[in-house]
Amino acid sequence: MVKAVDKTKVPWWVSNAIVPLVNLTLAFIVSGFFIFVAGENPYQALKLIIYGSFGYLEGFGYTLYYATNFIFTGLAFAIAFHCRLFNIGGEGQAYIGGLGVFLLAFYFSALPVPIVWLLAILASMLFGAAWAIIPGYLQAYRGSHVVITTIMFNFIASALMVFLLVDVIRDRRQMGPTTEALVKEQWLPMFKNIAAFFGFKVGYSPLNISFLLAIIVSFGVWFLIWRTKWGYEMRAVGHNTQAAIYAGISPKKNIILAMVISGALAGMLGVNEVLGVHHKILVNFPAGYGFTGIAVALMGRNHPIGIFLASLLFGMLYQGGSEVTFDMPNITRYMFVAVQGVIILFSGALENLFRPQIEHFFVNIMKRKVTT
Amino acid sequence: MEISADIISLASATLRISTPLVFAAMAGLFAERSGVIDFGLEGKMLAAAFVAASGAHVFGSEWYGLGLAIVCCVALSMLHGFASVTHKGDQVVSCVAINILMIGLTTALAAAWFGQQGLTPTLTDDRRFFEITLPFADAVSGVPLLGPIYSEIISGHYIFVYLAYILVPCVYWVVFKTSFGLRLRAVGENPSAVDTAGIGVELMRYKALAVNGVLIAFAGAYLSTAINANFFREMSAGRGYLALAALIFGKWKPKTALIACLLFGFTDALQIRLQGVPLPGIGIVPVQFIQAIPYVLTVVLLAGFVGKAIAPSAIGQPYIKER
Amino acid sequence: MVSQPILELQNINKSFGHVQANKDISLKVIKGDIHGIIGENGAGKSTLMSIVYGFYQADSGNIKINDKIIKIKSPHESILSGIGMVHQHFMLVENFTVIENIILGFEGELVFGEKLSRAKENLMKLCEDYNLKIDLNATISDLSVGFRQRVEILKALYRGAEILILDEPTGVLTPQEVDELFKILRSLKEQGKTIILITHKLNEIMILTDKVTVMRQGEIVGDKNTKDTTKDQLAEMMVGRSVLLRIDKKKPNIGETVFEVKNINVKDNLDVMRVKNVSFNLRKGEILGIAGVTGNGQTELLEALTGICQVDSGEIKLYGNTISSKKVFAGPRQLREQDVAHVPEDRQRMGLVTEFNASENLIFGYHHQQPFSKSSVMMGKNIFNHSKKVMRDYDVRPQSPFLLTSNFSGGNQQKIILSRELNKDPKVLLVGQPTRGVDIGAIEFIHQRIIDMRDKGAAVLLVSVELDEILSLADRIVVMFDGELVGERVNENVTDREIGLLMAGITN
Repeated sequence: MVKAVDKTKVPWWVSNAIVPLVNLTLAFIVSGFFIFVAGENPYQALKLIIYGSFGYLEGFGYTLYYATNFIFTGLAFAIAFHCRLFNIGGEGQAYIGGLGVFLLAFYFSALPVPIVWLLAILASMLFGAAWAIIPGYLQAYRGSHVVITTIMFNFIASALMVFLLVDVIRDRRQMGPTTEALVKEQWLPMFKNIAAFFGFKVGYSPLNISFLLAIIVSFGVWFLIWRTKWGYEMRAVGHNTQAAIYAGISPKKNIILAMVISGALAGMLGVNEVLGVHHKILVNFPAGYGFTGIAVALMGRNHPIGIFLASLLFGMLYQGGSEVTFDMPNITRYMFVAVQGVIILFSGALENLFRPQIEHFFVNIMKRKVTT
Repeated sequence: MEISADIISLASATLRISTPLVFAAMAGLFAERSGVIDFGLEGKMLAAAFVAASGAHVFGSEWYGLGLAIVCCVALSMLHGFASVTHKGDQVVSCVAINILMIGLTTALAAAWFGQQGLTPTLTDDRRFFEITLPFADAVSGVPLLGPIYSEIISGHYIFVYLAYILVPCVYWVVFKTSFGLRLRAVGENPSAVDTAGIGVELMRYKALAVNGVLIAFAGAYLSTAINANFFREMSAGRGYLALAALIFGKWKPKTALIACLLFGFTDALQIRLQGVPLPGIGIVPVQFIQAIPYVLTVVLLAGFVGKAIAPSAIGQPYIKER
Repeated sequence: MVSQPILELQNINKSFGHVQANKDISLKVIKGDIHGIIGENGAGKSTLMSIVYGFYQADSGNIKINDKIIKIKSPHESILSGIGMVHQHFMLVENFTVIENIILGFEGELVFGEKLSRAKENLMKLCEDYNLKIDLNATISDLSVGFRQRVEILKALYRGAEILILDEPTGVLTPQEVDELFKILRSLKEQGKTIILITHKLNEIMILTDKVTVMRQGEIVGDKNTKDTTKDQLAEMMVGRSVLLRIDKKKPNIGETVFEVKNINVKDNLDVMRVKNVSFNLRKGEILGIAGVTGNGQTELLEALTGICQVDSGEIKLYGNTISSKKVFAGPRQLREQDVAHVPEDRQRMGLVTEFNASENLIFGYHHQQPFSKSSVMMGKNIFNHSKKVMRDYDVRPQSPFLLTSNFSGGNQQKIILSRELNKDPKVLLVGQPTRGVDIGAIEFIHQRIIDMRDKGAAVLLVSVELDEILSLADRIVVMFDGELVGERVNENVTDREIGLLMAGITN
C-alpha cells in the first residue's frame, strides 16, 4: 500500500499532464493487444496511424478536420459535466444542429453569404439546444436521469432525420436519401482554397475555416465557465447542489442552462459537416463524433486546452485509423470505436489507478531535491 | 369464443420480445440494489450476443456459446466493479466506457475473425436454440379459449422465455426472503450498517455484480443464438437502456419491473405490426415514427414517474470509510 | 481479588497522513466497569475505539482481550471477540424493520420464514432480560432517536457483546432520554457487561463512570478512578489550561424589531412537520439564542428564516415585509440583498463548495453582486483583493486565496464563511452551530466576532446545541423542543439546569 501523499504538495503538472499521459499509454497498450487479437501487428498499426495523420499534408488536413468535430462535441460534454450532467446526446444534438444549418442555408439563400453563415451558426446552436432542452428540463424538474433521456433522444433524432431525408427534404434526383446540395457560394472556404489563394498547391482535405470557429468557441467556453457568473453558478450546482441553494443559485435553471449550451455546442458540428464539407445532409453524418466527444472531454479533463489536445489525438486516431483500415484488412473502423472505449475507461473510470504511485513518486523526488 | 389470430400473435410476440428485457432488468436490479449504477447493460448484452454466436459457431454447440457469454459478461461486470467499487471511479463513466468499448470491439473482432463486415457466421440448426413445444400443446389446441392460449401463446417459445418468467419469482425470493438478499439491500441503502456488522461491503457488491453478469449474458445469448442465428453489429439496439428504464419504472422491484418489460415488449410487437398499416383517421404512419415509439415511451415514463421512484439510497456512491 | 482487565491496549499508534491521531496509547479496562474516555473534538477517542472495533487498523501496538492478544482486522473479529459498538451516527437501514436491522449479518440461516420467528423469540427474551422495550416490527424511519439507539444496543447484545462501546451517545437525546439510557447502562453493568463511554460531557463522566481516561491531542493525559477526581480537574486535563467559558460582554442596546415570526409551521423534505406554531421576534442589537438538542426543528427553522425552504403556514416578516408565507417566498438571494447574512449549521454540506478555491468561496452567495461581477463577468482583481483583505482581517490560515478550500482546517473553513457573511456588516445575522468542529483558539475568535456584530447594532439569531455557547453569548434565550418554542428567558442568572429542563420538554 502506498503511503498517502499530502495533496497540496503535488505539482499541477503531475495531476494534469503526467497522470493523463500514463493513463493514455495504458490505453494504447490495451488497444495494441486488441489489434493483436484481431490478427494484426500493433506496432505496424501505430506506424500507419502516425504516417496517416501527420505524414503528409492532406492527411494532416483530415486530422484537423476530425479534430474540429471533436472540439465541438468535447466542449459540449465538458460544459454539461461541469454541472455534473452526463450529456450522452451529442450525436443527436449534432444531427439536429446540422438540420438547422441546412434549412437556413437552403431556404435563405437569397441573403448575402456572410450573413447566411452567421445565421447558419446561430441556427445550428438553436437547433442543437432545442434537442437538449427537453432532457435538461426533465432532469431539473422531474429528476429523470439525463443519461437515459439523452440516449433516447439520440435514437429519436435518428428516426426523425431518416424520415425527413427519405420523405420530406429529399433530393429526388439522387438514389440515396440525402438533401439537395447547397450552392457553391455558400460553401465555407476550405484550407485547400485558402492555401491556393496564397500560392500553395495543396491536395484535397475536408479541413475548412470551421476549425477556426472551433478554436474561437473554445476560448468562449473557457471564458464562460471560469470568468462569468453563469459558469460559476453551473460549477457550484455541479459540485454541491445544497450549497448552491444556500447561495441563492437555482439548480433547476442552471441544469437547463448547462444542457442548452451543451446542445448548442454539439449542434455546431453541423456547421463543419454541412456547410464546410458535404454541403448537404448525409444520413448519419455525426457518425460517432458525439460519442468520441465524451472520450475527448474526459481525457482533456473537461478543460478547453485539454480538449483541444485530446481532439488532435483523436483526430490522429481517426485519420490514421482509416489508413490502417485501408492497409490492414482485419481492422475495421469499429476497432477505433473500441479504442475510444478503452481511453474512456482509463481516463475516466480508472483514472486513479496509478495516481497514488505517481504522486508518491513525484513528491518524493521533490523531497530529495530539497534535501540534497 | 374465438380469439383473433392477431391477438394471439401479438401476445406471443410480446412474450418473445420482452424476454431479453426481463433478463437485463433483473441483472440491473442486482447491481443497483447493491448500490452500483449499471448503465452498462447495453454493452454487456452486445458482448454476450457476440460471444454466444461466435462460441456456438466455433465450438459447435449453443450451450458452449451461452457458457462463454456468461464468462465474458461476468468478467465485464467485474471490470465495472473494479473501476467503481475498488477504485471508486465514476460509475456512469465506467458504464459509458464499457458500452462504447463493446460496440467497437464486438464488431471489430467479428469482422476480423469472420470477415463478413461485422456479422458472425449464420448458425446451423444444430448450433442454435429452438422453440419448445410444451407437452399436450397439439392435443389441447382445440379447446375453446384456453386451448389456443396454451398451444400458441404459451407453448412454442425458446427456453429462454420460460427461464425469464421463472426467473422473476426466483429473484423476488432471493432478494426479499434470504439473508443474502437482506444484506444486498442493506448494502445499497446504508453500507456503513453492513460494514459495522462485519460484512465486507465491497465483496457484497462484487457478488451482486457476478449475478448481474450471469443474467445479462442470457439476454445477449438469446438475441444471437435463439431469435436470430447470428450476431450483427449493434444488435442490442438500445434494449439495455429500455431494460434500465423498466427497472426504474418498476421501482427496483422484480414484479413491477416485469410488468414494465412486458409493456415495452408489447409496444415493440405492436410497432412491427403497424408498419405500413393505415390507422383509422390518421392514415399510414411513417415507419420511423413507429420505430421510435419505445424510445419516446421511455422518455415519457421517466418524466412521469421517476420523481416518485426512490432509488436505493447509497446508489452511485463509492463506499469510503469516514474519518 | 484483583479485577482483571477485560480489554487492554498496548502502545497503540495510528496516523492518517501526517496527522497522528493516536500516540502510544496504553489503557486497561476492568471487567464490569463503566469506563469513560473523555476529550475534546480531535483528541483521538473515536479513532481509538474505531481501532478496537476493527474499523481501522492500528499502525502498531496490541489489543488484548481477557489477556490474549487478538488481531482485529475488521469488525468481524471484534464482534467475535465480544465487542459491540453503538456509533455516534447510527448504522441502521431506514426502511428495514427493527428485527431486520438487528439480525443483519447474523441471520443464522440462509432462508427466512419460520426460522425468522426463532430469531424473534431470542430477541424478545433479550429485551426482557435487559429491560429494553421495543416493537420488533417497527420500521426504523418511524422510530424516535432514543428508540433507534435502543436498536443499536440490542444489535450489539444480540451479537454477543460483552464489552459495549458507546460513542457520544447523548448528543442527540433529550435529557429524559439520557436518563433512560443511563438506567439501561447501569442495568447492563449489573448483568456483568463492561461499558466504555466516549464523551466530551463532564456531567456524564461524573454521574455514570467508575474510571475515566482523559485524552488530549492523541495522547492519554490522565487515567483515574472517577471518585478520586473532580470536574475542574478533568476539564483542565482535557484542554491543558483553565478554560474560560464565559465571555465578557456589554449590556445589549436593543433596537427595533427586524424579524417577526408569526405562527409558522415548517415541514422537512420528507413532509414531516418539524416546526410547530412558532412565534418570536428578533430585534436589533440583541443576540437571541435558540437552544435545544439536535433534531428538534432548529434546522428547519433556520432554513425557513433564510429562504431555503418555504413555511407551510404562518408568516415571516423582515423589516415589516412578508418574506415567507403560503403565498410568498423570498429566496436566499433576495434575503442577502436585504443584508441578511447566514452562517449555516453544516459548513461543508451547505456553506461552502469544497472543490472551489478560497477566493471563490469568499464570494459565494454574493458573486453576482458588484464589485465581484459586472454584467455577469467575474472581476478577478476585485475578487482577489477582497480575499486578501478578509483573510487578513479574520486570520484565515494559510492566507492563500487560490488554495482549494478542502485543504483548510475546519476552523479556518468556518472563518472563511464568517468573513464572507460578516464582511458587509449585515443588518441581520442568522448563525447555526458556529463552532462545531472548531478548535478552542478559533472558538474564542468567532464568539468575539459575533458579539462585535451585535454591538454594532445587528440582530443576531444564534442556534446552537452547545448550551455553554448559548449561555455565554445570548442576551435572550428560547428553547426548541419537538418543534415548539418552550420557554423564553432573559439571560441573567439563568442556570444550565433551567434550560436543560426546558430542553427536555419540562415546562412549569
